[in-house]
Amino acid sequence: MFGDLSHLALQQYWFVIVSLLGSILVFLFFVQGGQTFIFRIGKSDAERTMIVNSLGRKWEFTFTTLVTFGGAFFASFPLFYATSFGGAYGVWMLILFAFIIQAVSYEFRSKASNFLGKKTYEWFLFINGLLGTFLVGVAVATFFSGSQFSLNEMNSVTWATGAHGLEAALNPFNLLLGLTVFFLARVLGLLYFMKTIDNENILARSKKALFRNAIPFVVFFLAFAVWLMLRDGFAVHPESGEVYMDPNKYFHNLLAMPVVLVMFLAGVLAVLGGIASGVLRDCGNGIWMAGPGTVLVVFSLFMLAGFNHTAFYPSSYDLQSSLTIENASSSHYTLVAMSWVSLFIPFVLAYIVVAWRALNRKKIDEKEMKEEHHVY
Amino acid sequence: MLESIDMSLVDWSRGQFALTAMFHWIFVPLTLGLSFMVAFMHTIYVRTGDEEWKRITKFWMKLFGINFAIGVATGIILEFEFGTNWSNYSWFVGDIFGAPLAIEGILAFFMESTFIAVMFFGWNKVSKRFHLAASWLTAFGANLSAVWILVANAWMQHPVGTLFNPDTARNEMTSFWDVIFSEVAVNKFLHTITSSFLLASVFVIGISAWFLLRKHEVLFAKRSTIVASVFGVIAAIATIATGDTSARIVAREQPMKFAAMEALYEGQTHAPLVAIGAMRTDTTMLPNPRQEFIFKIEIPNALSYMVFLTPSGFIPGISDLVYGNEEQGLMAYEERIERGAIAIQTLKELKKAKDRGDEAAYSALRTKFSDPEWLEEYFAHFGFGYYQGRELKELIPNVKLSFYTFHIMVILGVHFLILSVLVLWLSMKNRWGNHKWLLWVALITIPMPWIASQAGWVLAELGRQPWVVYEMMPTISAVTRLKPGAVQLTFWIFLLTFTVLFIAEIKIMISQIKKGPGGK
Repeated sequence: MFGDLSHLALQQYWFVIVSLLGSILVFLFFVQGGQTFIFRIGKSDAERTMIVNSLGRKWEFTFTTLVTFGGAFFASFPLFYATSFGGAYGVWMLILFAFIIQAVSYEFRSKASNFLGKKTYEWFLFINGLLGTFLVGVAVATFFSGSQFSLNEMNSVTWATGAHGLEAALNPFNLLLGLTVFFLARVLGLLYFMKTIDNENILARSKKALFRNAIPFVVFFLAFAVWLMLRDGFAVHPESGEVYMDPNKYFHNLLAMPVVLVMFLAGVLAVLGGIASGVLRDCGNGIWMAGPGTVLVVFSLFMLAGFNHTAFYPSSYDLQSSLTIENASSSHYTLVAMSWVSLFIPFVLAYIVVAWRALNRKKIDEKEMKEEHHVY
Repeated sequence: MLESIDMSLVDWSRGQFALTAMFHWIFVPLTLGLSFMVAFMHTIYVRTGDEEWKRITKFWMKLFGINFAIGVATGIILEFEFGTNWSNYSWFVGDIFGAPLAIEGILAFFMESTFIAVMFFGWNKVSKRFHLAASWLTAFGANLSAVWILVANAWMQHPVGTLFNPDTARNEMTSFWDVIFSEVAVNKFLHTITSSFLLASVFVIGISAWFLLRKHEVLFAKRSTIVASVFGVIAAIATIATGDTSARIVAREQPMKFAAMEALYEGQTHAPLVAIGAMRTDTTMLPNPRQEFIFKIEIPNALSYMVFLTPSGFIPGISDLVYGNEEQGLMAYEERIERGAIAIQTLKELKKAKDRGDEAAYSALRTKFSDPEWLEEYFAHFGFGYYQGRELKELIPNVKLSFYTFHIMVILGVHFLILSVLVLWLSMKNRWGNHKWLLWVALITIPMPWIASQAGWVLAELGRQPWVVYEMMPTISAVTRLKPGAVQLTFWIFLLTFTVLFIAEIKIMISQIKKGPGGK
C-alpha cells in the first residue's frame, strides 16, 4: 500500500496531513480567541467562570494539536523543523511561552493558594489568546513572504538577523495574516460562547462583539488574500530544483488546482455564513459553519504554499536555501512508516467527536457552576 | 575539526535543556503513576458503589489534575526544543527521532487530552462505564506517550535501525521495529514506568501517613494506603529488576558510561561493585588516576557477576577505553579519532565531488559508504572525528556525578522496597497507623523518589556525554548556532517562569491536601 508510493507521493501526502493539522489548529483557536474576551464578555466573577469553563473543556485539544503539528512536521519534514525552530528562535520561544502560561491557568485559576491570584491567571489566558493567535499567523505568513535564513552544505541554519524571526512581525504582509488570525479566533470564540453558554448577558455581549470583530476580520483577510494573489511567489523549477521569483505565483497555483479554489471559496462562504447566522439569528450553530469553513480556508492556503512547484518555507535572504516538500523531507522509509501510523487519525477524530459531544450536550449555566464538583 | 564554536553556547543550550527537562520530570512520573492508581480506585468505586471510594478517587484525581496541568506546561517547550536549540541534531537524525515524537502526539497525546476532559467533567454527563473507561484511557494515554519519548531517548543512547545517507549527510531509518523494540528502548520504558508507579505509591502512602498522624480521614487514608502499597511493592520489585537489566545493557552498549558510574578507572576481571563510597574532590581523571575514593565499601566480584553472570568477566575501565587495551580488543581513542576524521573528510570530499560534477570521484567515494568493511573500520568512528585537535578528557563524562547519581538511585530503590513491603504488611494486618515513627518515615520519604528519578535522568544524559547520539554525534556539533545571549535570556525566563509555577503548584497541592477528600 504505502510502500508502493513514490517518495514524492508520500511527501505530498504528509504535507496534506501537516496542513490538515495546521487547519484544525486554527479552528481550535476559538479557545484562544475566547480567552481574549475574558474581561470584556465576562463582567462578573460568575460570568468569567462560565467562560473559563466553557473554553476549559476544550483547551487541551488546541494544545495537543499544536504539539502534534510540530511533531508531525519534525517526522516528515525535519529540515523545516530544524531550520524554522532553530532559526526563528525568538518567535517560537515567544509562542511557546504563551502556551506555557496557558496550560497551568485553567487548572490553577480558581484553586486556593494559587500563589499568583485569580486575576493573574486570567491575564495569562488573555496573553495566550493574543500572542498565540497573532504570532502563529505571522509565522504562517512567512510561508509566503519568506524568512531570513541560509543553509550551508551540511544544512546547518544561519539566521541573517539577530532578531531570530521576530522581525517577521514587522513585515506588513505578515502583520495582515497575524491580525486576520487574531480576529478570526475572536469571532470563532464568540460563536462558541453563543453555542455553549446559557446566560443572557454573555449572549447579548457576544452578539454585539461579534459584529465588531467580524468587520476587522473581513477587512484584514480580504487585504491579505488580495495581496497574496498579486505578489511574487517562490517557484521551484521542476527539473533543476532552482528557486526563482514568479509573478502572481499563488494566483497561478489557485487556478492550477481547481479543487483548492473550490475549497477556498466554499470555506470563505461558510465562515461568512457562520458569522451572519450569529449576528442575524439567535441560533448557536454559527460555530459549525464558521469552524469547518476555517479549516477549508487555512487548508487551501497551505496547499497554495507547498504544492504546484512552490517552496513552502522560502528564504528571502538566500533563495536557493528555500525549503520544498522534496528537499526538506524524511526518507521514503520513514514516510511509509509514518503513513501507517496516520491510519489511526480517523479513530482519533472519532473518539474526539464522541467526547466533545458528551461534554457539550448541555449548555453551561450559572447553576451548574455552583453545583458541579470540578470547576475551573 | 569543527570551526571555532563558542563553548558557552553549548553550555547554555545544555543548561536550558537540562532545566526544562528536569522541571518537566518533576511532574511526569507522578502523572504516569497516579493516573493508573486513580483508574484503579475508580474501578473499585464503580464495582462496589461505595461512596467512600468515590471520595477517595476524586481526591487523588484532583491532585493528578493539578500535577497534569503543569506537566503539560513544562512539556511543550521540550517538544520544540530539539529544533530551537538542537537544530543540527534535528536534521541529522530527524528521520528517526521525529517519528516517535509525531506518533506520541497522534496516538497518545490526543487520547490523554480527550479523555482527561471526560474524566474530570464527565461525572454527571456520561454513563458510569464510559466515565470509568475515560479514566483508564487517560492513564493508558499518559503512559503510552512515555513509550515514544523513551524510544526516542533510547535511540540516542544506542542508535539502531538506521543507516547513514552520505548524499543528504544524515541518518535515515531502515527499521522502525528495530528502533522501537531495541533492548535499550524496551528496558528504558519498563524501568521508567515502574519507577514512576513507585514514585506515585510513595506519594500516596506519605500523604496518607500525614492524615493518620493527624488522625483525620482515617478510613480514606487506610484504603488509599492499601492500594498504594500493593502498587508500591510490585513497582519496587519491578524497578529494581529493570534497573539491574539497565545496568547490564549500559555495560555492554555504553561502556564509558558504565565505567563512570562505578568510577572504575582500571579494567579488571573479578571486578568489585562499590556499594557505597565517597570520592575525593581532587580526583584526577587522566592519565594516572590514584586514590579516587576517600572511602568505599566494595562487594567482591559483584560487578563482574552482575554484568556477565560470572566473576571472571572483564569490565573495562576508563583508562582501557581511552588508551586502548589490545588484549581485550579495545581501540584507543586517539586511533578512533583518526579514523573518524578520515570518515568526516571522506564525506566532505564526496560533497565537493558532487558539487563540481566529478562523477568518477563521486562514485568512487560513494562506494565506500556501502562497503561494510569501510563502514566498520572508519565510519563507525565518525563521531570521534570531531575531536581531532581537542583534549581527550572531553570524551570522558563527569565521573563524580555519574557515580553519585547511580548510587543514590540504588540506595533509595532499596529503601522504597523495604518501606512498601512494611506498609503493605502492616496494612493487611490493619496495624498501619499504629507506629508513629513509621508514619513519619513515610511522610519524610515523599521527596526521595523524585531525587532518585532525577538522579536516573542525570545519569542517563550526563553519562552519555560528550555525545548527543552515542559515539555518532557530539553535543558540540548538534547545537543550533545562536548567540549565547539569546539562549541565556530564554534560560533565565524559563527558570523564573517554571520556578514561580512550581511554587504555585506546591502551594495548591498542599492546600488541596489539607482540605482532604471532603474539600471542594
